[in-house]
Amino acid sequence: MSEIRIHNLSKSFGKISAVRDVSLEIHSAELFGLIGPDGAGKSTLIRLMTTLLLPDTGEIKMGNLDVVDDYKQLRHMIGYMPGKFSLYHDLSVEENLTFFATVFGSSIEENYDLVKDIYRQIEPFKKRRAGNLSGGMKQKLALSCALIHKPTFLILDEPTTGVDAVSRVEFWDMLDNLKAQGITIFVSTPYMDEAMRCERVALMQDGSIMAVDNPGDIPQRFPGKLYAIGADEMYQLKMYLQDSELVESVSLFGQSLHVVPKNGVSVQQMKSECRHKGFKNLTCKSIKPVIEDVFIELMSKQKKEQDAGR
Amino acid sequence: MQADKVIQVHNLVKKFGNFTANDALSFDVYRGEIFGFLGANGAGKTTTIKILTGLSKPTSGDISVAGFDVYKQSDDIKRNIGYMSQKFSLYEDLSIVENIRLYGGIYGLSRKEIKNRTNALLSRLGIEDKANVLIGSLPLGWKQKIAFSVAIVHNPDIVFLDEPSSGVDPITRRQFWDMIYEAAHQGITVFVTTHYMDEAEYCDRVAILVSGKMVALDSPGKLKHDYDEDSMEGVFVKLARGKRSFVKNNK
Repeated sequence: MSEIRIHNLSKSFGKISAVRDVSLEIHSAELFGLIGPDGAGKSTLIRLMTTLLLPDTGEIKMGNLDVVDDYKQLRHMIGYMPGKFSLYHDLSVEENLTFFATVFGSSIEENYDLVKDIYRQIEPFKKRRAGNLSGGMKQKLALSCALIHKPTFLILDEPTTGVDAVSRVEFWDMLDNLKAQGITIFVSTPYMDEAMRCERVALMQDGSIMAVDNPGDIPQRFPGKLYAIGADEMYQLKMYLQDSELVESVSLFGQSLHVVPKNGVSVQQMKSECRHKGFKNLTCKSIKPVIEDVFIELMSKQKKEQDAGR
Repeated sequence: MQADKVIQVHNLVKKFGNFTANDALSFDVYRGEIFGFLGANGAGKTTTIKILTGLSKPTSGDISVAGFDVYKQSDDIKRNIGYMSQKFSLYEDLSIVENIRLYGGIYGLSRKEIKNRTNALLSRLGIEDKANVLIGSLPLGWKQKIAFSVAIVHNPDIVFLDEPSSGVDPITRRQFWDMIYEAAHQGITVFVTTHYMDEAEYCDRVAILVSGKMVALDSPGKLKHDYDEDSMEGVFVKLARGKRSFVKNNK
């Protein structure tokens, strides 16, 4: 059964349509991811879901409550972690948590069980001011504060931006645990590896949802072939391939370039061209696209269409 | 090139009270190199950057940046480096052109140079029509690209980038790294911190800091080989806390 139903939702600010006719269904106790570039409308969508903005048209039902008509009730059921650090810097760790509990008419003791796995890790620093915590600890405190009133829905806007790789792993482990306790989680992120940890993800760009799928299946949407090409002089190689007539697109990917050849161009052709240009230690292999490739492809395609339409 | 060390750090120690933020760090950075400086939140990266940029004095150690001594010549250092942080580097209520003019002026460029470099920068980014738009109204990815261009507007020896691409989407991050490569190609040494391990792969060499100590320093290829991991993510997680890598079912 769908726990969150978004139906033909639109929101504009002046001339800018931030959210365009978005429809989504999120299941109960699902871990649902929203990925998209800066300015895609992710935060606006999240603010509409958390009753902080009013839609122009369309509706959102959270459980059987409406975000416009029943916002007061809903606010007690939503745990929200905004993108920017949302806590009070001059209050201590413990004071922040107490504050959020009290605002919702609860107490730390009442829902300690729900936050204890997370809060325990920062409890040794409970007298420290929130402003003096490291990035990873701030995220843990913010998550504890979003959970302390035992929400049905947990909505997180880019929760791990600026957090190191190890703390990110821990953070997502926590989300898995919360999901196991029946909380419906909606999380936006610019990290593609995080998308892989969601049950389903939606790709958003320019206010519209471009695809909704299981993250493992999204790579199948990649059109055409993909090769990983590497050489000693990566920068020159990229410059060369970018301008090459054989190549559709090139992007940097860790230690290699991901290259999509133009229709009808064979890998041998590309290789011999690169060799001919004098690139040393050339490696070239056919690879399976990952979610990030699809994302880049979809986005650049849309961008090209826009440019052409101008 | 090997001989041309633009940053030399020998036994750098920085203490805050009883807390040792940087514990006997030693490393050199070569001209034109992209040097990645990695570590978990709180590992001591920003402390080192503050010392290398002349903003903070070390407790002990011999350190020179762009040929200048960090104890006695911090003003000379500041003139010869660029710096960009994730949090702040441009004035939100100034326009793009005003920001460039401000920084160009601070670094002592002539009016003519400022004008030339402003035009070059706007055309490089393809934003000639946005010249008079306030920085505050631009999306984060744009701001970061402009901030980087401004950080190297005076053609410094070294540019320090402190988590420059945090929270930026994958396409913009790639465009950003194109700019970094371009700068390095022009001979600007790039000293960069990041939490994105795919970006660590783009560096010529990376240093990994754990609790103030340097636990690894080498090319990404060599580190992956030594630690028997197929990504820098794996190397980092192994070194930083001895835990498994990010995606559960990696392969």
